[in-house]
Amino acid sequence: MADYKEIINQYKDLPGGIIEAYHALQKEYSFIPEDSIAYAAQVFDLPLAKAYGVATFYSYLKVGERGKNVIRICESAPCHVAGAQDVVNALEKELGIKMGESTADGKFALEFCECVGQCQVTPVITVNSKPYGDVTPEKIPGILGEYK
Amino acid sequence: MAEEMRIVLRNMGKIDPLNIDDYINAGGYKALEKARQMGQEALIADVRNSGLRGRGGAGFNCGMKWGFSYNVQADQKYVVCNADEGEPGTYKDRTIMENDPQSVLEGMAICGYAIGSNKGYIYCRGEYPYVVDILNKAIAQAKEKGVLGDFDIEVRMGAGAYVCGEESALIESIEGNRGEPRFKPPFPPVIGLWQKPTIVNNVETFANIPVIVEKGGDWYKAIGAEKYPGTKIVTLTGDVNNRTVFEVPTDTTIRQVIYDFGGGIKDGKNFKAVQIGGTSGGFIPESMLDTPIDFDSMSAIGATLGSGAVFVMDETRDIVNVVARIAGFFEHESCGKCSPCREGTKRIHEMMEKLDAGQGSSADLSLLERLGKVMSKACLCGLGQAAPSPVLTTLQNFNGEYQAKLN
Repeated sequence: MADYKEIINQYKDLPGGIIEAYHALQKEYSFIPEDSIAYAAQVFDLPLAKAYGVATFYSYLKVGERGKNVIRICESAPCHVAGAQDVVNALEKELGIKMGESTADGKFALEFCECVGQCQVTPVITVNSKPYGDVTPEKIPGILGEYK
Repeated sequence: MAEEMRIVLRNMGKIDPLNIDDYINAGGYKALEKARQMGQEALIADVRNSGLRGRGGAGFNCGMKWGFSYNVQADQKYVVCNADEGEPGTYKDRTIMENDPQSVLEGMAICGYAIGSNKGYIYCRGEYPYVVDILNKAIAQAKEKGVLGDFDIEVRMGAGAYVCGEESALIESIEGNRGEPRFKPPFPPVIGLWQKPTIVNNVETFANIPVIVEKGGDWYKAIGAEKYPGTKIVTLTGDVNNRTVFEVPTDTTIRQVIYDFGGGIKDGKNFKAVQIGGTSGGFIPESMLDTPIDFDSMSAIGATLGSGAVFVMDETRDIVNVVARIAGFFEHESCGKCSPCREGTKRIHEMMEKLDAGQGSSADLSLLERLGKVMSKACLCGLGQAAPSPVLTTLQNFNGEYQAKLN
């Protein structure tokens, strides 16, 4: 795995680049390593509180470990009425964890999200931002199988 | 039977979006050339004359906005494309960018020429990394062809904050800050990104520009509703037979959208409600379905056109339950900067959950209404101001649903 310092350094000269740097960290680790925030604060010449403030403001950024493959379930109104709760139940059962948790083997993280803009095929889930539409409980094992 | 009219989606399905030659062969980048020959003032005047109003939801006259930035003397100006499409039920900007990214780049370059800017940003939501890839490829092709001249475009990615669709919050996010809206005035066209004059327009607005420049403002303003001319892309979701995307003239009625384009209600059920404009939009009953979708007609019935999302609910849907879920959305997405929104969205959610669980009283209903009215005036930005709209419009149009669930 690449060193977080090297990743952050690549964005040093980009105005306002701290969010892009955080995205790059997540691409590598699937989360923002706790220690990297102090380093990012230094590189972008920000108070530590501000670097934390940015990292914790955005719901797609996660400070501290989580599973490698991030599964998000849309709970916005169109997905809600299309049966998102059934999908949540199926995912929790299949993975043996609750929403907001990661599997013990570090393979999956399970999160709620709001609209992902694929509302022509509700309910929608994404795995590492790749959308899957018209999801039913029956389809869950097959989708997860792609990442096992 | 109402018919579709494709202006923004003129190239959809006809060109390879990742091949700039296809776009050029279809007449692409001729408008940018024409714009440069027209001169800045004539160009802005024609865009203003076209009557094009912002397609992100605010509905401000586009040419007028450009004029504000043009009139400011500055060593640097910016053009920002708002691709932070976050309104639940909306996928129109994704559809545009996936099918015709060059039309957005051309629209931005025309705006750049008009206001005197050589730098553009596309702020694309973090949920669309695959769209970011398309945009970067399209930009690389445009640079290689030299069609953009000295206008540079860079893509920045959001990270899942709905509030960043608000233009000053979006600007804060590009600057690498928390996406919290700024106090206004000053407005972004005068003091925006890095304190420089900045035009923020929606993807759909920019994609309209090349056609307007090519065919002229007079041509455009003859289409659709008089005060909100042109077309609007609508995205249908919920209990309709066709959950899909359409582009229609703005004088199309809600009924035509749902029945002619949406194919009516699924499984032979009856209509109950439609929420238009995204999750912050008003809930509309059957009696108002003959309203045209344009900005002003929608405002007149206490609803919004917003992003053009059309979320249809059939007779079996529990309105109070849906609104409770929406209230949860706003509590989550409130940025917390101003207290009417931070506290208000939390209390609305709390009361809606209570009502949904059958434990609410009629006193809660009047409290909800009062809180909603305060928020719509006192909140700092559009998020908080619009957040109570689903509650207020359902209290008005679907009051029986609340009464039936009272303790």
